Amino acid sequence: MNYFVEAFAWISDNLYGSNGVLARTWEHLWYTVVSVVLASVVAIPLGYLVGHTRRGRGLVVASSGAARALPTLGVVTLFGLIFGIGLLAPLVALVLLAIPSVLAGAYAGIEAIDPRTVDAARAMGMSEWQILARVEVPLGLPLLLGGLRSASLQVVATATLAAYVGAGGLGRFLFLGLKTQDYPQMLASALLVMALAVIVEGAFEIAERVAARRLHTT
Amino acid sequence: MKTRIAAVLAAAVLALSACSSANPMGSASTAPSGSASASGGTALVIGSQQYYSNEIIAELYAQALEAKGFTITRQYQIGQREVYLPELQAGKIDLFPEYSGNLLQYLDKSATAKTGEEVLAALPAALGSSLRPLTAAAATDQDSYNVTKANADKYGLASIPDLSKVGAGLTVCANSELAKRPYGPPGLKSEYGLDVEVIPVEDSGGPLTVKALKDGDCLTADIYSADPSIAANGLVTLSDPKSLILPQNVVPIASAKVNEQAASVIDKVSGSLTTADLVSLNALSVDQQQSSAVIAKGWLTSKGLLS
Amino acid sequence: MLANLSLIASRTVSHLLLAIPAILLSFLLALPLGWFANRYRWSRATLLTAAGLLYAIPSLPLFVVLPTILGVGVRDRINVIVALTLYGLALMVRSAADALASVGTPVRLSSTAMGYGGGSRFFQVELPLAGPVLLAGLRVVSVSTISLVTVSSLLGVDNLGLLFVDGFQRGIMAEVVTGIVATVVLALAVDGLLVLAGRLMMPWARVRR
Repeated sequence: MNYFVEAFAWISDNLYGSNGVLARTWEHLWYTVVSVVLASVVAIPLGYLVGHTRRGRGLVVASSGAARALPTLGVVTLFGLIFGIGLLAPLVALVLLAIPSVLAGAYAGIEAIDPRTVDAARAMGMSEWQILARVEVPLGLPLLLGGLRSASLQVVATATLAAYVGAGGLGRFLFLGLKTQDYPQMLASALLVMALAVIVEGAFEIAERVAARRLHTT
Repeated sequence: MKTRIAAVLAAAVLALSACSSANPMGSASTAPSGSASASGGTALVIGSQQYYSNEIIAELYAQALEAKGFTITRQYQIGQREVYLPELQAGKIDLFPEYSGNLLQYLDKSATAKTGEEVLAALPAALGSSLRPLTAAAATDQDSYNVTKANADKYGLASIPDLSKVGAGLTVCANSELAKRPYGPPGLKSEYGLDVEVIPVEDSGGPLTVKALKDGDCLTADIYSADPSIAANGLVTLSDPKSLILPQNVVPIASAKVNEQAASVIDKVSGSLTTADLVSLNALSVDQQQSSAVIAKGWLTSKGLLS
Repeated sequence: MLANLSLIASRTVSHLLLAIPAILLSFLLALPLGWFANRYRWSRATLLTAAGLLYAIPSLPLFVVLPTILGVGVRDRINVIVALTLYGLALMVRSAADALASVGTPVRLSSTAMGYGGGSRFFQVELPLAGPVLLAGLRVVSVSTISLVTVSSLLGVDNLGLLFVDGFQRGIMAEVVTGIVATVVLALAVDGLLVLAGRLMMPWARVRR
């Protein structure tokens, strides 16, 4: 219990500076945002395609499952050996980590829509693109947000590995604390990551409520 | 339905029990220190750090002892001192190859020893009563600050104090713990007046660190002196006039279970190990990708220590 | 790689000995928690948020801090298994709650009318019906756990993750790739076994399609 007090003391002592808590937390958040956005660029269109055409689902689900099984530490070390130190290697690993959840959110969102709604839209003369944009995307939003939320949470928790190969983020404190047996510092980094996770959760909770209200689908 | 569940569970239990009885690796929780045979017994546990070179040295001892009839359990790739030293002290591990300078500094933060001999002389007291250092090898493997040949020529760098010629923004790629070590930035500041920032790369001076150095991501890199990559990449090791970095002789640390016979076997191995040997053993691991077992067998045979 | 087959095999066994108890424990512990969250609606939000928070704890600190609470060594199997169970639990509680919720009140009421009491109703009606969703959750937990075991290799715990760490230090990319591939194959194999077990135990679930 004493460690908690020391951890908070450590945080308040090390807030500022380029290696300080605020700077590293911001970096960590930034890595998370970039990873999830990049993952979405790949996963959302793919998910919509699979959900809308109802084709390719098996392949997508299988490769998604395999991607989920990838041990992030392994991927970071592998790409580290290829790309060198810095952000690129962990970024690739984090994007790979985020894709399965976002993908699942995208296609599950569309699959969950009542087929009769889609048929009605087709009967009204909407083109496939219009159906996608005006019917499926909005109705699929809640589940997509759920997928994004799950992905973001996973990335926040795992972005600590970026420091393993010389990048920044809250993992810096983690590894330094671990290697020098500095429990307060290590505990502090864990608490900061959790705090960040709570904030991300909160942000998505708000986003989901707003989306639900605007679609009247609470 | 119930019979189905029962059948599946039974199959699972059978499979699992088969797995566990076939498990060849001892785990840390089942300490094989076993019965308290007074003479120390012929079964020993040898550990190593999470550092491939250290594992090779441990394997040298392991195979030499096995050739003399000892039963050896291997516990390699343990993380760091904070994890394995307590296990050594508790008798869960019996032999561990260590590095004299770093070990002393870890055990006694206020140690004043500077030369190799002084360090070795101070070790027994620092280790306490449960452990003892056996004869140290001539081989050394210590942290060293290295720069690329290009940079050495460009700025005229031959020793650590020369780094002041480069100006501000000095960086060193190293394991993150260097930031807190006495021979890291704190020591560089107090002894040489240099402000150096650590860029943490957790591969213990391995390929990623070397790549970063060559890519220019950092000015210097902390690479262990027995690492073959220093010579292979034409890197220049900066000399250390004020002996900031303590010499690191390879010294095996033994528990009480290591008896005289075992100690003499171990000492013979240590006695034959030079730094040049260590560098070539490391090269076999990194360049030829040989396992520590194969490397150890080759070297021990060539030295006639396996008969 | 072939030369190191025995090394890979022994690391795999160690890996499984860490992962499987954790997966089973997460499942068994999540069931009562999920049931509780379902039965007492007021607890649902709290339990699920707690689970989310638990999942967000970075694994490495947990592996290091738990020993001081549990009183075992950092490299001890029990330490790793407890940490993995906590993560598995965090993932599984939501699944369990959702799975039991999906059974629906009509089914519950009619089974009570048929004479099933509390305990037997749970085991003979609700649990089997919740089966498919539970299995889906269990599959996610098993893949996630097997992947997470590798992080403990940074502390020296024997598992496939040691292949990345060693390959990283020595610059042997093949070793790192082998570690990754072996972990993925292991996860997919266990996943396949779970699907198989699911089909054996719940043949009715396939009729839905």
